[in-house]
Amino acid sequence: MRAYTPKDNVQKKSYYTDRYWIAPQVAKSKVSDDKVFSEDLEAIKKAKIKVLDSYIQVEQMVVYIKPEDIVKTLQLLRDECAYTQLSELSAIDWISQRGGFEVFYQMLSMSKRKRLRIKCFIKQDESIESVSKLFRSADWSEREMYDMFGVKVNNHPFMKRILMPDDWEGHPLLKTYPLQGDEFASWYEVDKIFGKEARDIIGPEIRDSARVDRYDTERFARLGHEVAKGVEFNPDEEKKPLAYQEDDGVFLIEGFDEDKSQIISDRKR
Amino acid sequence: MQHTNRLRPFFENITFDRDDNELVLNFGPQHPSAHGQLRLMLHLQQEQIVKAHPDIGYLHRGMEKMAENMIYNEFMPTTDRMDYIASSANNYGFALAVEKLIGLEVPRRAKVIRMMLLEINRLMSHLFWLATTALDIGAMTVFLYAFREREYLMDIIEDYCGARLTHAAIRIGGVPLDIQDDFLYDLKVFLNKLPENMKDYEDLLDTNRIWQMRMENVGTIPTDMALSWGCSGPMLRASGVEWDIRKEEPYELYDEVEFNVPVSDKGDNYARYKIYMAEMRESAKILYQCIDMYTQTEKNNQTELMAHAPQYISAPKLNIMTQNYSLMQHFVLVTQGMRPPVGEVYVPTESPKGELGYFINSQGGPYPYRLKLRAPSFWHTGVLTDLLPGHYIPDVVSIIGTTNIVFGEIDR
Repeated sequence: MRAYTPKDNVQKKSYYTDRYWIAPQVAKSKVSDDKVFSEDLEAIKKAKIKVLDSYIQVEQMVVYIKPEDIVKTLQLLRDECAYTQLSELSAIDWISQRGGFEVFYQMLSMSKRKRLRIKCFIKQDESIESVSKLFRSADWSEREMYDMFGVKVNNHPFMKRILMPDDWEGHPLLKTYPLQGDEFASWYEVDKIFGKEARDIIGPEIRDSARVDRYDTERFARLGHEVAKGVEFNPDEEKKPLAYQEDDGVFLIEGFDEDKSQIISDRKR
Repeated sequence: MQHTNRLRPFFENITFDRDDNELVLNFGPQHPSAHGQLRLMLHLQQEQIVKAHPDIGYLHRGMEKMAENMIYNEFMPTTDRMDYIASSANNYGFALAVEKLIGLEVPRRAKVIRMMLLEINRLMSHLFWLATTALDIGAMTVFLYAFREREYLMDIIEDYCGARLTHAAIRIGGVPLDIQDDFLYDLKVFLNKLPENMKDYEDLLDTNRIWQMRMENVGTIPTDMALSWGCSGPMLRASGVEWDIRKEEPYELYDEVEFNVPVSDKGDNYARYKIYMAEMRESAKILYQCIDMYTQTEKNNQTELMAHAPQYISAPKLNIMTQNYSLMQHFVLVTQGMRPPVGEVYVPTESPKGELGYFINSQGGPYPYRLKLRAPSFWHTGVLTDLLPGHYIPDVVSIIGTTNIVFGEIDR
């Protein structure tokens, strides 16, 4: 039976785990430590926006709010707190841990020389209100967020994929989406260019760049067989033993001869 | 009805001739002046654009996904492939973000070398911009001149790191190599000749009637549009906002050097051209100061190039080869990768194109949990949606030229 691998995070691949490892934290400080940020936070609180959490990390304030307040908060920050630019907007996939996405809005105030990050959490099936009426840059960012994560945005003027093709299936930045692409991805170009009926002739697209096909003499050498490039694989081909020797010999190594070497099966021998 | 699955042009949503006499023009993605893989759907009334719809994604390689599957050091050469015109700027942005996450202080000499690399990259990028834009407008001579100078800079970089386009010359925690012996000499030779070369370009372009007609009052971006679309760098400064991250939120040693931030309130193509030219002069000014700073570190015998943080950064090669514990740590860092603390960081840097930001969410593992690349060109392409309507077809080429977009970083 094949070993079970969790499918909620297909790209998780830590080959070393230390049970006793406790990851350190990036230092967080209180908002009250910074005068400008505490004024901004007061303004947010005064507008009856519920602040779930707030702290300063690496010189930037992070404020957690509810997703329904997002337009109100960003408008307040832009009009009253001089955060005139929305420099970045995207999501973080927390589906397997918390069942949803964290959407972050990276804001910049040029007059105050401050940056802050508004964050809100939405469940996987929930959608978020568009802020593209406030910041035109959100138009494209929200499209990218939808494209990459499948986060739906309400009242967006043009909710369409932006980086992937329009007829793509799946959202590539989800943790459930494999790095090499899924079944759909491996047939996408074959289906699109040659048609489904050509699948048997062409085969799926090989998207694993590290794959080695030992029977492919066109692109890979067959060590110890010395077959010409591009010839068909012959199961009865003659095997030539590997031999290797530097001209003047190599320190500690006498020279390699496959016939004289033996493969150790038991490492505790 | 055409078959969707054949290699034939298939435009299901577009009727090219409309009742209201509006024509839809498909500009790109294989257009020589589209600067890579830009596709523009232009709705035209006669020659005038009434609606523009930029379509991107033809160079999408999923760098953010790749980053989630790589250890931090492994991702460094991948950042080269974003803005491949000035790849050290991308390396630097990523290195700085991880350093901020860990809380590393980089040795002074490494900082000076990094600044030199960044400014050389800025010069390379601006020269490339000037060359290609001039070529788009039709000024073949300027193209040849500017490429000649850029080639000189590429040779300097090649002598330093062995690569011309994809440098990967900056590491997390410093730089891997000290500059070679004749680096400063070569750089000085270039810098001393630069004013002469710049005068050549300006003599050819500044009062050139064709250049002025194609540039002046074309592609005017008002301040509020630039701010709302998240424009940064020269695009923002041409629209009257004095904002340079090197000046306002200084990183490295930018607070120790003297330079000006050129600003224009015109917002048109010509203003952007002027700003690029002025920025090249400022870069040269910074480079002269960097040369002095480097010789000062030599006098002070500050030879460290990588930060000392054994948990995150490998020891110097000499220690690795001679000391067992350094070798062990190097082995762990190479095979498993460093594990920055749990936390989030967004670090903006002033790349030649604008604000290049890296957002990293680390969960204490060897791979970033989420890495968002904030590339300036992404929004500089987006602004075309609002900028192009009202302009004429030939203006499209000059506007795309002056926005200085690079598709490696738009599609990532």
